[in-house]
Amino acid sequence: MIEFNNVKKSFDGKAVLHGIDGAFEPGRTNLIIGTSGTGKSVLLKCMVGLLEPDEGTVLYDGRNFTHATRNVRRNIRRDIGMLFQGAALFDSQTVEQNVMFPLNILTEMPKDEKLDRVNFVLKRVGLENVNSKMPSEISGGMKKRVGIARAIVNNSRYLYCDEPNSGLDPMTAILIDNLIKEITEEFNITTVVVTHDMNSVMEIGDYIIYMYRGRKLWEGDSTEILGTSVPELRAFIYSNKLIQALKEGENS
Amino acid sequence: MLYLYACWTNPDIMRGIGKYFIFLGNLFIKREPLKTYMKQILDECIKVGIDSLVIVTIVSTFIGAVTCIQTAYNLVSPLIPRYVISLVVRDMTLLELAPTITAIVFAGKVGSNIASELGTMKISEQVDALEVMGINSVSFLGLPKIIACLIMYPMLVILAGFLAILGGYLAGTITGVVTPQDYIYGIRADFLEFNVSFALIKSFVFAFLVSSISSFKGYYTKGGALEVGQSSTSAVTNSCIAILVADYLLAELLI
Ligand SMILES: Nc1ncnc2c1ncn2[C@@H]1O[C@H](COP(=O)(O)OP(=O)(O)O)[C@@H](O)[C@H]1O
Ligand SMILES: [Mg+2]
Repeated sequence: MIEFNNVKKSFDGKAVLHGIDGAFEPGRTNLIIGTSGTGKSVLLKCMVGLLEPDEGTVLYDGRNFTHATRNVRRNIRRDIGMLFQGAALFDSQTVEQNVMFPLNILTEMPKDEKLDRVNFVLKRVGLENVNSKMPSEISGGMKKRVGIARAIVNNSRYLYCDEPNSGLDPMTAILIDNLIKEITEEFNITTVVVTHDMNSVMEIGDYIIYMYRGRKLWEGDSTEILGTSVPELRAFIYSNKLIQALKEGENS
Repeated sequence: MLYLYACWTNPDIMRGIGKYFIFLGNLFIKREPLKTYMKQILDECIKVGIDSLVIVTIVSTFIGAVTCIQTAYNLVSPLIPRYVISLVVRDMTLLELAPTITAIVFAGKVGSNIASELGTMKISEQVDALEVMGINSVSFLGLPKIIACLIMYPMLVILAGFLAILGGYLAGTITGVVTPQDYIYGIRADFLEFNVSFALIKSFVFAFLVSSISSFKGYYTKGGALEVGQSSTSAVTNSCIAILVADYLLAELLI
């Protein structure tokens, strides 16, 4: 379980996060949604420690991450995996080396055990026979899969995904979304997905936080979201023509 | 000197220099154990050293040849013995041309490479990916490159010095401005061993400057592909300026 209380962050006096609270449970796909520039990525970065929040705390299963010593942080970080927007694979390494990287750095596993683990996660994300390919030789969807494999290879308990389906075609996007959801349930991971894609919201949103200009305006699950009365959230949802059309069809 | 004064009075430049020293501090504190770096250092040595061989060979051979011809052209007095030509080639090469000109070439080749590699890693969030795993990305990425440059660059300078003197020999004897006997006699006459030490001291300093400034410029890239190009250019220009300033200071201090 990940909890965060009153997280505030500003850059050069300009407040980006105005004190955000929330709690994410394991085994569920938790979504942070909102329009671009609203502070979703900044919140995510504060939670994983890429940025230091000005105020507030982030707790991982009760362990205070924000005010932890270097060693405690290191221990918590072993349990965190992250899929970046562009997958952020290391260009100079093969797929196999990329996925093995966290094991090399964070564990003392023997070489063949590492290789077994790498092949296991690669198979789990649906990739076989690409071990020796370079990141530049594989498609965007495959890169995301490798990114997921790298994020979970060390038995991560927390998985963060920043816009996992950006830059993918709708079919591949749904496949990646569903892969994230399956893995979350299968390994009981606490997953946090940042997205502005309403398809993902309806497809995989177990628990959703709607952010607007650095504040949390709404939370709930995907069955409740279409009936919301929050005007900003309604505008966000119904900016999607397809959902608009479906809604109108339902009403008539 | 005017340049140093301009730096001193410009707050942006001073801030940049301050940031650079903080960056240097981060390279050495909180780093991973050295054994994590061994493989990377070897890989970097190959990239830094082997890949610069061709350009260093070409540049130093020609510089030696040109120095020889021009010295000969300037020595018109029949009172000055011809072996002075190779003596001049030797001293110019060891003291200045081999370490400094090679450093400029090195900044253009290796420095721009380091900056664009780190810049690309930065903007594509590969650096963030390292940080999320709890790795000190400054030292993880910077230290192997800097150590590799410190190992390989002095070797390149030794090679450059040898090739420049050889280039002078070839040019001098082919054009007939100096006989082989005079040339060999000249490069051995009044030889100061300290000049070799001086060249090596310079090469360590330049290697550190080029690799650390380029890593610094690359690491603090923000934005997109355009900014990666800018970082790379600014890595080269800043390295060149630092090389020349250090060259001057070392000459003042050590000679
Ligand atoms: N490192 C930074 N320095 C200054 N401003 C930043 C930084 N990172 C993000 N911001 C600003 O914070 C705001 C929110 O950005 P972000 O979290 O990336 O939005 P999104 O919700 O689209 O992910 C933007 O206005 C952005 O300009
Ligand atoms: Mg974002």
